[in-house]
Parts: sequence; structure tokens; C-alpha cells
Amino acid sequence: MTDALLQVKNLSKRFGGIVATDDLSLDVRQGELHALIGPNGAGKTTLITQLTGQLTPDSGAVLFAGEDISSLPAYQRSQLGLARSFQITSLFLDMTALDNVALAVQAHAGHSFRFWAPARGEAELRDPARAALARVGLGERMNVRAAAMSHGEHRLIEIAMALAAKPRLLLLDEPMAGLGPEESARMVTLLRELKRDYAVLLVEHDMEAVFALADRITVLVYGRAIATGAPDAIRANEDVKRAYLGEQKAVTRHG
Amino acid sequence: MMKQSLLSVRGIAIAIMLLLLALLPVYSHATGNIFALTLFTRILIYALAAASLNLIMGFGGMMSFGHAAYLGIGGYAVGILAHEGIASGFVQWPVAIAVSALFALVIGALSLRTRGVYFIMITLAFAQMAYYIAAGMARYGGDDGLTIYKRSDFAGLINLSDKVQFYYLCFVLLLAAIYLIYRIVNSRFGMVVQGARSNEKRMQAIGFPTYRYQLTCFVIAGTLCGIAGALLANNTDFVSPAIMYWTRSGDLMVMVILGGMGSLFGPVFGAIVLLVLEELLSQFTEYWQIILGPMLLLIVLFARGGIDGMLGRRTHD
Ligand SMILES: Nc1ncnc2c1ncn2[C@@H]1O[C@H](COP(=O)(O)OP(=O)(O)O)[C@@H](O)[C@H]1O
Ligand SMILES: [Mg+2]
Repeated sequence: MTDALLQVKNLSKRFGGIVATDDLSLDVRQGELHALIGPNGAGKTTLITQLTGQLTPDSGAVLFAGEDISSLPAYQRSQLGLARSFQITSLFLDMTALDNVALAVQAHAGHSFRFWAPARGEAELRDPARAALARVGLGERMNVRAAAMSHGEHRLIEIAMALAAKPRLLLLDEPMAGLGPEESARMVTLLRELKRDYAVLLVEHDMEAVFALADRITVLVYGRAIATGAPDAIRANEDVKRAYLGEQKAVTRHG
Repeated sequence: MMKQSLLSVRGIAIAIMLLLLALLPVYSHATGNIFALTLFTRILIYALAAASLNLIMGFGGMMSFGHAAYLGIGGYAVGILAHEGIASGFVQWPVAIAVSALFALVIGALSLRTRGVYFIMITLAFAQMAYYIAAGMARYGGDDGLTIYKRSDFAGLINLSDKVQFYYLCFVLLLAAIYLIYRIVNSRFGMVVQGARSNEKRMQAIGFPTYRYQLTCFVIAGTLCGIAGALLANNTDFVSPAIMYWTRSGDLMVMVILGGMGSLFGPVFGAIVLLVLEELLSQFTEYWQIILGPMLLLIVLFARGGIDGMLGRRTHD
């Protein structure tokens, strides 16, 4: 599998008695949108956290573009091109959308021990931030304070902040959580566009969106991948039906 | 932000305040009102100390309850050197700055490992420690403090014993400090510090090692306050442990909150209002604190952005 951008090999993580990641292997190919689904508590967020390096796995390896990044700290992984969005929105609410994203750009622009030049005047920070906001459709709203924006817009800022890090692979943790039908549709359109430029690992509870967007789907239950395949194959898979899709309603309610 | 708002109510209020402060010695000279000059010299020095606290507290979200310690360190650096016969300001002031910076580095390195109430308590504890150390220095007056017989000598460059020259030195240093803070908070460094106030976890998640930026900010603030301490010792020709007592740190916090947290000129408003009220009320009654306390409480409760907020400044929330 030469075109795998991300390879996860036999990853395991326990929290006391809970097995959050259980001998998990999967890969995301160049140009692919790979969806990761599974009931609440299946270990989806925990997997993302291990990929970004914020959490250390007990065993197993993570390869990015063929290189073993298992022992790299989080900031070095993000410099290589791994960017995540958060399941729970976490922004700088007292700053404008543009300031939020510009900070994400600044995080990748060397050290910040620069005390004199006005940061808001630096094209090196502002231009990529503007571009990322325009990309997610917030070009007109850049100068509005995040606190005054809707939840749907917050989700979009989250994505813009991930894009601002110049990623090669986007790790999106439930970008549609809490969105209304209209906002969800907007997000699906956006993800479909992003998919053209980035490899994406998408964690999402919205099955309609997942089946519409994904090239491949992996189903996670109790930290273990019980199936990986094209959407049609997953839909037809008996194990998956039993373990997950049958109880989908109950699950989405939690999400 | 400085530029855009020049024509607003707020911009005009700030301009008038600066103009009045600049002209105060003229007024005092014309009317022979020396008292006003003395009072406002003290106000400018406290405004400088409050501005430095505002950098960490207002912009950085670091609620230091021990900021008066640097007033004492700067003051004692001048006092002790003078006592030992070293009157040159070119020695005294760099020492005041260096010792304040070093003290801030140590206190910051330890206290910034904690957050919230713990941070407040640890900064308070360090300041109280400095207070008791000063009170124990028998050679330098102990509890009673240390009289400074000769003000810092700048070899004829400026005469600190001249009331007007000293006033303008305080005024210029205050403006310079505010300009420095203005540049800092709008720089990349300032964005990081303010980002950490807003959402520290997120800052770390996007790859900022926040601790070292916050510590640097803490040291800058402590150093600026050390300069205020050197001024204060010269102003009173005296330094004593009381300058570091926790109520003094509390006063500085009140000035910052009163003026408007994270507002560039807020600490100046805060220092003027607090010290002038204190002066006026204490002339009417010896129980002035009983009146001042509730007044401050009302301002803080009802004008959440402080004085600068009332003038129309948008605050973060
Ligand atoms: N830091 C942690 N400490 C202990 N248990 C955790 C921690 N993080 C997650 N878990 C547990 O690991 C399991 C997987 O959680 P998570 O990855 O958040 O699931 P998902 O994102 O699929 O809903 C859950 O049982 C959760 O309670
Ligand atoms: Mg999750």
C-alpha cells in the first residue's frame, strides 16, 4: 500500500480497565476521505488524540507519509501536516474569527518572541488566515468576535483553524455535532470540497453525511475495528448492522 | 486601537487627561499649590505600577496578588545602595531593574505552575515573604524602614530633587511604559499571552508552549514595577516594608480593575480616581475606608469594564 498517507499499526491504549483502542490498524490514503464511525465511547476521539500526539499509546505505531512519527511530540506532528478539529468547540471567544485563525497560523510560523511589530499587520499571518476563512465560507464574517457568532459558525472556525496549519491530513472529530439540518448540509458541501485537496479522517455520527462523503468507512466498537470497506460493503455487513447501525438512533441522540 | 479611537468620547477623555497631567506643574507653579504636584507625582508612580500589573492581569489573565513586592524591591535597591554610599542612579536603577527581573523570574517560574486561586495565593505568599525579609533587615531599618538622604544622582542629567523635573520624569516613564505595553500586547508575543488568557488549553493544543510566554510577560511586568519602586523611594526619600504589604498589592489590583482590565490607559484612570478619592475622603473623616470600599464595589459591579468601559471601550467577555 504505497499511497497510504497515514498508517496506524496495531495501536492499543487502555485507561485502567477500559480498552479504548484495541490492536487497531487502519490507513488513510492520499486523497481519500476515510470515515470512522462507532457508538459513543468506542474510542474515536482517543484514537485522534493518539494520532496527534497529545496522548501516548501503550503499544503500536503511527506512520505518516511512510515515516514513523510515534515518538514525535504533538507540535512536530502538526508541523509535518497533521491537523485536527475538536469535537467540543474551543475557541478564543473574545477575539475575532480572523484573530482566532491567525493564531493558528502563528503557531506554525516559528517562535513568538517578537515583541514589537503589530501582529495584526503581518501579511504572513493574516493572508493565510483570511484564505482559510474564505475557504469555509466565513469570508464576510472575519471581523466578528467569535462570541457573537453561532454554533455552526464556530464549527467552521474550527475547520479554518485546522486548515490554517497547512495540513496534509485533516482529522475531523464530529464537525457536525450540534448542527441544524441547514448547517449540516453546508458542512457536507464544505467537506466534499476539502476532500479534493486534503486526505481526511472523519469521525462523524451523522450517517447520511458519512455515507455520502466517505470513500471508505471503518467501524469501531470497543476500540476494535470490526469492519473496513466501501460504504456499500459496510451497509451490507452483518456484524456492523448488529453492532451499530441497528442502534443508530440511540447513538445519534447521545452525539 | 490607539489610533482609531482618537475622536471617540474615550479618545477625547484620554487626550484631556494626558493634557491635564502634562500641564499640572504649570498650574501648581502658577497657584503655588505644591500639594497637587506632590499628590500627582505619587499618582503617576502608582499608575506606572498599575500599568505593569495590568499587563499580566488584564492582558495576560494572571491574577498576581503580590505585585507590590516589586515596588519594595525597586525601592530597597535604591535605598540600600544609597545607604551604602552608592548614590549614582546609573548604578541604582540598573540594579533595581535587574533584581526585580530576577525576583519575578523566580516567583513566576514557581507560581505559573499553578492556576486560579492557587496562583493568587502563591504570589501573595511570595510578596509577604519579601515583606518579612525586609522587616528583618536590621541594618536597613527593619520594621521602621530606611531613610534616603540623597536622591538618585544622574550626574547632572536630571535633578530628582527638583519637584518639577521629578514629576516630568515620572510622566515620561509612565507614557513610555504604556507605549511599550501597547507595542507588546499587539505583537505576536502579545497575541500569545492574550490567547492564553482567553483559552489556554486551546493555545497548547495548537502548539504554543504557553508557560514560557507567560513567564516572560510576568518578568516584564515585574521589571516595570521595579522601576516604579525606584521612583517611589526617591519620591518619599524613604522605603519601608509597608510598601510591600498585601494591602498595597490590593490597591494596585483595585486600580487596574477600576480603570478597566486590559485597557491601556485604564490604570492611569484607576490610580487617579483611587488616590484622589482616598485623599478627599480622608480629609472629611478618618473612617474614609468605610466609604471608599463600598464605592469601589459599586463601580466594579455596575461598570464591568471599569472607567474605560464607561467611556465606551468594548471589553472582552
Ligand atoms: N483521559 C481518559 N481517562 C480515562 N478514560 C478515558 C479517557 N479518555 C477517554 N476515556 C474512555 O475511553 C473510552 C473511549 O472514549 P472516546 O475516545 O472519547 O470515545 P468516542 O470519541 O468514540 O465517543 C470511553 O470509555 C472513555 O470513557
Ligand atoms: Mg468523541
